Amino acid sequence: MGQQITVHDPRGYPPKVVGKRLAPRLSALDGKTIYLVDCLFDNSDVFMEQLRQWFHDRLPSVNVRTIRPQETWSDDAQMRKAIASDGDAAILGVGL
Amino acid sequence: MGMPRLRQAYTPHPVVDRSPADLRAYIEGADPVSGRPFMQEVLEGLTAPLDAADLQGLSFERTTPRLVEPDTEDNLQRLFEQNHWTDCLPVVLPTEARVEAMLKGTSHSPDTIVGRLRPTVFRESWEFTVEKVAVNAVMAGARPEYLPVILALAASGITARSSSTTSFATITVINGPIRNEITMNSGIGAMGPYNHANATIGRAYGLLSQNLQGGSVPGDTYMGSSGNWYAYTAVLPEAEERSPWQPLHVQKGFEPVESIASVFLGGWYTHAGYGPRATWKEKMRHALAAVEQYSPPLFVMDPIVARGFVNLGFDTKEKLIAWCADNALLTAREYWDNQSIQLLRPKAVAGIEPYASRLKAHPDDAIKIYEPSDINIVVAGGETQGAWKMISGALRATVSIDAWR
Repeated sequence: MGQQITVHDPRGYPPKVVGKRLAPRLSALDGKTIYLVDCLFDNSDVFMEQLRQWFHDRLPSVNVRTIRPQETWSDDAQMRKAIASDGDAAILGVGL
Repeated sequence: MGMPRLRQAYTPHPVVDRSPADLRAYIEGADPVSGRPFMQEVLEGLTAPLDAADLQGLSFERTTPRLVEPDTEDNLQRLFEQNHWTDCLPVVLPTEARVEAMLKGTSHSPDTIVGRLRPTVFRESWEFTVEKVAVNAVMAGARPEYLPVILALAASGITARSSSTTSFATITVINGPIRNEITMNSGIGAMGPYNHANATIGRAYGLLSQNLQGGSVPGDTYMGSSGNWYAYTAVLPEAEERSPWQPLHVQKGFEPVESIASVFLGGWYTHAGYGPRATWKEKMRHALAAVEQYSPPLFVMDPIVARGFVNLGFDTKEKLIAWCADNALLTAREYWDNQSIQLLRPKAVAGIEPYASRLKAHPDDAIKIYEPSDINIVVAGGETQGAWKMISGALRATVSIDAWR
């Protein structure tokens, strides 16, 4: 058994996690407007178009619109305002 | 996020490079995490009633300890590696004595908050102190006199461990008196591996980034597909005394006597050339057309090359940069077909220049792919060869080193 030594932990400090409540859910989707938020990653536009077509084919009573932020990886306040103004719900596409 | 019950549905990976039919199959198929139909998860996420836990959210504090449990040197080396706290090379273990000695390299108190870092913009930022930066500086093998440079890089807000799938690295250029004070090398072998300060400052920047931002773990907090050799260490001082041009930091508005670190995000490509020889314009045009256009070039030119360009009439960096910007051309079709450039399309659609004009161009038209402000030149090298390198690097930060002395 070698000599024991004490060393520093090299990690930084994570932020406090602040709880947020989820937004109210819809009771039904018929006649509602749902935004599909395209994250602008490679091929995400193709994925979102397929998702839009799925709703068109399977749930035509739902009004589905695709929307994109002006810039990827940034909080687009205008986009959020557009969704809040005439949307009932949003599906965010996130990933690779 | 404070929303542990956020409704999420997963498709298989990747989405990149999949056909519309493949992606429709993802949508029609099962969520690989839950095993349930993907669209059932989506629809329930939109309509299933919330319960009390959904409405409450979850708040809690987290922290990391100042010290690790005592153990032997071998075991601690293994622990640091297993915890992804290293770059997989042996580190200098940050004992209390070593960290205390490192802290003598700055006048700032150990508990001073230096800044925040995160692996990518949609992740949470972690905070850190002077002491935590010093710990990582020790691990990299740096000396106390380098600490102001390392603190400046930590304060830049730019991580050297971006989680981008494109495998970014940072390249740092040092200007001003600090270069000579800590005997950095801007001569033979400036880009390494032949100088202790160059090597360990760059390594410290990488280690502090991964540890102070909350990790750089493949598949979790690091998603770079190929990784990047520049990420081990990439720091060089400009050879100001042997350059015929203004130093980089003076170009950016600082005084010559200020010590400044300029952080470039890139490391995707490296082109090389000599000269300027008789066909330098053709060579340069080919190189500029072959770049990954989302990541503009940072030139590293040997003093021989710089003096050669002066003899051709480029008596300032700005003149040569302007020539490069005028001659970095692609057809609009090639430009907009680029995967990363697609990310700029919404800006173009919104009318933001220069992207809007690039989008309006006919697909066969040659368009300029860079503004002069995108391109940078630094002079370094040992004058054993008239060599230049063109390295992927977008300037992301210029930070004061003097502020951390």
